[in-house]
Amino acid sequence: MAAHLKKRVYEEFSKVVQQQQEEIATKKLRLTKPSKSAALHIDLCKATSPADALQYLLQFARKPVEAESVEGVVRILLEHYYKENDPSVRLKIASLLGLLSKTAGFSPDCIMDDAINILQNEKSHQVLAQLLDTLLAIGTKLPESPAVQMRLVDVACKACKLLSDDYEQVRSAAVQLIWVVSQLYPESIVPIPSSNEEIRLVDDAFGKICHMVSDGSWVVRVQAAKLLGSMEQVSSHFLEQTLDKKLMSDLRRKRTAHERAKELYSSGEFSSGRKWGDDAPKEEVDTGAVNLIESGACGAFVHGLEDEMYEVRIAAVEALCMLAQSSPSFAEKCLDFLVDMFNDEIEEVRLQSIHTMRKISNNITLREDQLDTVLAVLEDSSRDIREALHELLCCTNVSTKEGIHLALVELLKNLTKYPTDRDSIWKCLKFLGSRHPTLVLPLVPELLSTHPFFDTAEPDMDDPACRKLVSSAVSPNIMPQEDPSQQFLQQSLERVYGLQHLDPQGAQELLELTIRDLQRLGELQSELAGVADFSATYLRCQLLLIKALQEKLWNVAAPLYLKQSDLASAAAKQIMEETYKMEFMYSGVENKQVVIIHHMRLQAKALQLIVTARTARGCFIADLPHLQDSFVDKLLDLMPRLMTSKPMEVVKILQTMLRQSTFLHLPLPEQIHKASATIIEPAGESDNPLRFTSGLVVALDVDATLEHVQDPQSTVKVQVLYPDGQAQMIHPKPGDFRNPGPGRHRLITQVYLSHTAWTEPCQVEVRLLLAYSSSARIPKAPWIESGDVSAQVETSIEGTIPFSKPVKVYIMPKPARR
Amino acid sequence: MPEIRVTPLVGAGQDVGRSCILVSIAGKNVMLDCGMHMGFNDDRRFPDFSYITQNGRLTDFLDCVIISHFHLDHCGALPYFSEMVGYDGPIYMTHPTQAICPILLEDYRKIAVDKKGEANFFTSQMIKDCMKKVVAVHLHQTVQVDDELEIKAYYAGHVLGAAMFQIKVGSESVVYTGDYNMTPDRHLGAAWIDKCRPNLLITESTYATTIRDSKRCRERDFLKKVHETVERGGKVLIPVFALGRAQELCILLETFWERMNLKVPIYFSTGLTEKANHYYKLFITWTNQKIRKTFVQRNMFEFKHIKAFDRAFADNPGPMVVFATPGMLHAGQSLQIFRKWAGNEKNMVIMPGYCVQGTVGHKILSGQRKLEMEGRQVLEVKMQVEYMSFSAHADAKGIMQLVGQAEPENVLLVHGEAKKMEFLKQKIEQEFRVSCYMPANGETVTLPTSPSIPVGISLGLLKREMAQGLLPEAKKPRLLHGTLIMKDSNFRLVSSEQALKELGLAEHQLRFTCRVHLHDTRKEQETATRIYSHLKSILKDHCVQHLPDGSVTVESILVQAAAHSEDPGTKVLLVSWTYQDEELGSYLTSLLKKGLPQAPS
Repeated sequence: MAAHLKKRVYEEFSKVVQQQQEEIATKKLRLTKPSKSAALHIDLCKATSPADALQYLLQFARKPVEAESVEGVVRILLEHYYKENDPSVRLKIASLLGLLSKTAGFSPDCIMDDAINILQNEKSHQVLAQLLDTLLAIGTKLPESPAVQMRLVDVACKACKLLSDDYEQVRSAAVQLIWVVSQLYPESIVPIPSSNEEIRLVDDAFGKICHMVSDGSWVVRVQAAKLLGSMEQVSSHFLEQTLDKKLMSDLRRKRTAHERAKELYSSGEFSSGRKWGDDAPKEEVDTGAVNLIESGACGAFVHGLEDEMYEVRIAAVEALCMLAQSSPSFAEKCLDFLVDMFNDEIEEVRLQSIHTMRKISNNITLREDQLDTVLAVLEDSSRDIREALHELLCCTNVSTKEGIHLALVELLKNLTKYPTDRDSIWKCLKFLGSRHPTLVLPLVPELLSTHPFFDTAEPDMDDPACRKLVSSAVSPNIMPQEDPSQQFLQQSLERVYGLQHLDPQGAQELLELTIRDLQRLGELQSELAGVADFSATYLRCQLLLIKALQEKLWNVAAPLYLKQSDLASAAAKQIMEETYKMEFMYSGVENKQVVIIHHMRLQAKALQLIVTARTARGCFIADLPHLQDSFVDKLLDLMPRLMTSKPMEVVKILQTMLRQSTFLHLPLPEQIHKASATIIEPAGESDNPLRFTSGLVVALDVDATLEHVQDPQSTVKVQVLYPDGQAQMIHPKPGDFRNPGPGRHRLITQVYLSHTAWTEPCQVEVRLLLAYSSSARIPKAPWIESGDVSAQVETSIEGTIPFSKPVKVYIMPKPARR
Repeated sequence: MPEIRVTPLVGAGQDVGRSCILVSIAGKNVMLDCGMHMGFNDDRRFPDFSYITQNGRLTDFLDCVIISHFHLDHCGALPYFSEMVGYDGPIYMTHPTQAICPILLEDYRKIAVDKKGEANFFTSQMIKDCMKKVVAVHLHQTVQVDDELEIKAYYAGHVLGAAMFQIKVGSESVVYTGDYNMTPDRHLGAAWIDKCRPNLLITESTYATTIRDSKRCRERDFLKKVHETVERGGKVLIPVFALGRAQELCILLETFWERMNLKVPIYFSTGLTEKANHYYKLFITWTNQKIRKTFVQRNMFEFKHIKAFDRAFADNPGPMVVFATPGMLHAGQSLQIFRKWAGNEKNMVIMPGYCVQGTVGHKILSGQRKLEMEGRQVLEVKMQVEYMSFSAHADAKGIMQLVGQAEPENVLLVHGEAKKMEFLKQKIEQEFRVSCYMPANGETVTLPTSPSIPVGISLGLLKREMAQGLLPEAKKPRLLHGTLIMKDSNFRLVSSEQALKELGLAEHQLRFTCRVHLHDTRKEQETATRIYSHLKSILKDHCVQHLPDGSVTVESILVQAAAHSEDPGTKVLLVSWTYQDEELGSYLTSLLKKGLPQAPS
């Protein structure tokens, strides 16, 4: 009975509404052309239940809306919104409003007020969250204007109330909104409630978001902590509060352990920690003045770094990093907290905080007690942590000579405990020395002679480490003389480009000379090695080309130069290889250079074509696909002729052109570095063979450092050469690559070796390859696509360049059991 | 007036001794914790249960008992209470508490009975019987104690299995925190509660006036000191109590050893811990994020570096770290080891907790270097003595944080010192604008509540109301006639006819009759006509009729005029109305009593 009555009442009620609305709708139809808004309107009014309405809305959302009818649609949606009782429909409308306001050519300022209004009256939490998102969409679409700014700032202030909402989605959306507005208008002034003071919007927002770092939901905490990092405009007063936590014990003010450490340090006495009243509280606290829950930024990071969830801790560390990079004074202050994080229970957090410290190391100087804590981590059993720490020490400022000594001692201890870290530690010492020449100086006599540890008769492994520190500390005096060498490089290159005017013989000599110079220069000056190598390779290509063209074969009758063509074809091949190296092994190569490299490669290919044509008569047409890359202007002009002319003529044309082709000037890029790799492990020259059962798999640990390799995850491969000539290429997992510093990568992986029928101990060769595919770099020239050759041209060249010294590993099969 | 009454039994209020709190909420009586005082050796160690009820059984009076965690000051009196005083109702606790509690009780019993030889103490069998009455609950599981009373556990940190409990009857609720910790440590997470908005939050306040430093500094100091000592070749003694902090320190050292690749042996004395460690291994879900995430690879409580201690090991040369019980160096193994190692300045003793006055621990912490042992022996302490507080209670900031999370209407502080609580009380009232109480032992706090009572309304009645007038408006109160039936503790509002029918009663009409004397010399008919015109002019909204028999009706109210039998100049007006028209009827009489307006004669 009850249900029946309810239904009847509802039906009657909705019927009445429907009739009225339809009248209006038809009127509208007559007035304007049938638009989407009208259609939607009818649909919505026809809807008898929320589910129906939702269906209509969903259908509507699938179709795009033209810019001119957006406004009408928006009006109708809003109208319906006010009437709607079902939250799910309101939710959908709110999300549609957000979508519609993104339509190009529509200015959403007209719905702004409505959106703000409904925000105030809305009760459902899901709809609230969606409304905040919608407002965000509207806000980003709006043009700059003071009026809009005022209103948005108002919205942000209203959203502040929602920060204490029951639902985490709402809180999360509110945090996001406040952050966006504060980023847009950081300098707006907002009043502080319950006082007459006013503060900058960004400071206000910062305080609010800081408060959210101790929210009940960890998702919100992570979000808040992350957002804090990007609020660099916040004033330093607020920023420094985040690290402040007033300690008290029984209502007496207490100093934090950090403060105590600092005090002990400045008073010249190291922490004894022997008194049990060491942390005894000092002055009495005025009970009225203690504010336990500050509304401001107080202690936000203290909380964030101590959070239960490591996600929050990592977010907090990242935020600290970003803020510290922009504010040196904050960097100095947050140091204590970062150092504390070195002892976090989760390795990821430890690693992250070490990296963070490295990034801000320019702004900070470590106190001795801080250094002490940092150095304690050197004994960590995780290699990543240790190496990250070595990286950090490379660029750390230490304040005293005792500090340097401490670091040296700890590093040596590290070396004895983990001998595999040798390279990393030496490098670390080198940088440490060159950073603190004045601090190392007083230590020199002690390190080199008088220290009992190093004064042993036999020089031990640690000796080079010390020398490294000392020598690098002294070396800076030589450093400033690098400018002339740069000049020299430029001049010698200039000289070479004038070589057209020389006779072939002279040109060859000049080239050889310059190549030698460049190579030597590269060895001497590590900064210029990339440039020197790059140009030397280019010159070598040119040299090879000249040499090949000097050959007699061009004048001799065809059958006779079979033998002599060896040199030319070898040259062509080598030039090809060199050009691939130039293109793919150097980081920082720009398009300008790529074009010239391709030009060189094209010449090599032409050379190859001619040689083949002359040697293997008649069938060279099959080789035409080699002519696939971009052509130079001249060749382009001749293209139609080449296609139509007879094979013999093609060769002739190419030959003359090749002889005429000039040596192009290779402009050097700003920064160029040659990719290189060093295999640290396996070390080679080991007498202990790796034992394995033939037929089964043996794992070989490979550890290598890669320098200046772009995107190593997809390009670096490991090659294993078996004694029987079989070669195997292994793709390491993306997770095996670590990135300890800019431009450097580290590959730590396992290579699985397997071979059947193996009886004697043998050596396998391991090396690293750089894979490339030419299609990856060259945008296809438009003219190729219309030509007949296009089908063949599509195929890209893929290949590999070995870029590390091969290492031999001694492997011995176990005697098979019978 | 509905109310919530809270009474901390002796020792639970402004005292960090034993916890035992009695809560009455909506007619239900719940006992929170059943702790004992470690400082007494007589009857005073147990709460005074006679307070609950003088005569009659406890089971009849209490609906349930809730134990927050396994520390003896929260559960120590349980066997005494249930077996010796007598209680057969349900006892609720979490699964880890249920597992570890009997071990601790048994251990305590052994010390009290077997070693000190006390009589009148509970027996092993009593512990077993008592544990049979326990009902274990999961986190966030709503347990229906009876039809109305429900409880729900929240994570509290502090020790393994510690929980906060929400007790709810209808719309009234109380949250009891037990002991909790708002900052995570090496093996447990932080306490968390949702915005449950209870009427009352009963929170502990051990550190009401302390704001603590970051835990990391302390941990780092601890590790550094231990590390330095063993590197020097010294021995480290860490006196601990078997459960709780001991596990945290073990995890701390274990992970450090793992990280730093150290080989120095770590030993743990006492068999009790092995049993307890077993439970720590089992209840992984109760531990912190790190342990929960990594236990698939390796259970952190399966210590790799920590081995069982043997008495002979103390004399072994070379560095080692030993955890030994008890924690205050007053007896047992820790004291034995201390005596052996005290003479060497390379060694170190680290006290991880508070020491009671009079114990060796307290003496050495206050700097005494020469100790008198039994037999006039003097022990010179050359080893280093360190103090390091690892305590797992929420500090003032943490308490405020929890209050902010739960958003209670009232806060009640227990388990703390009066002076310190005063400060916190003031802060809570100032910052949250909620009232805060801190009852003394045995003092009862009464909170009036206004629970909302749902009433079902019959559709017939509602329909009739709708037919009568406008649609109901949400914000305006509206008068409605009906009958409230209270049956089986639910309320229904039905029309009176239906109520009569349901209850099988005949309808009785209740009529009020009133005589009004009116001085009027005219005839009765004329008087009636005058009355009619008078009422008609005043009561415009009502239907006033003049009936042919000479009487006047206003709605259903009858007015008749008759001549007075003795005084003809006075007319007697008889006004009669039913109970339903009481309002109009009384208005009418008062109107008539004023007399009629002078007729134009």
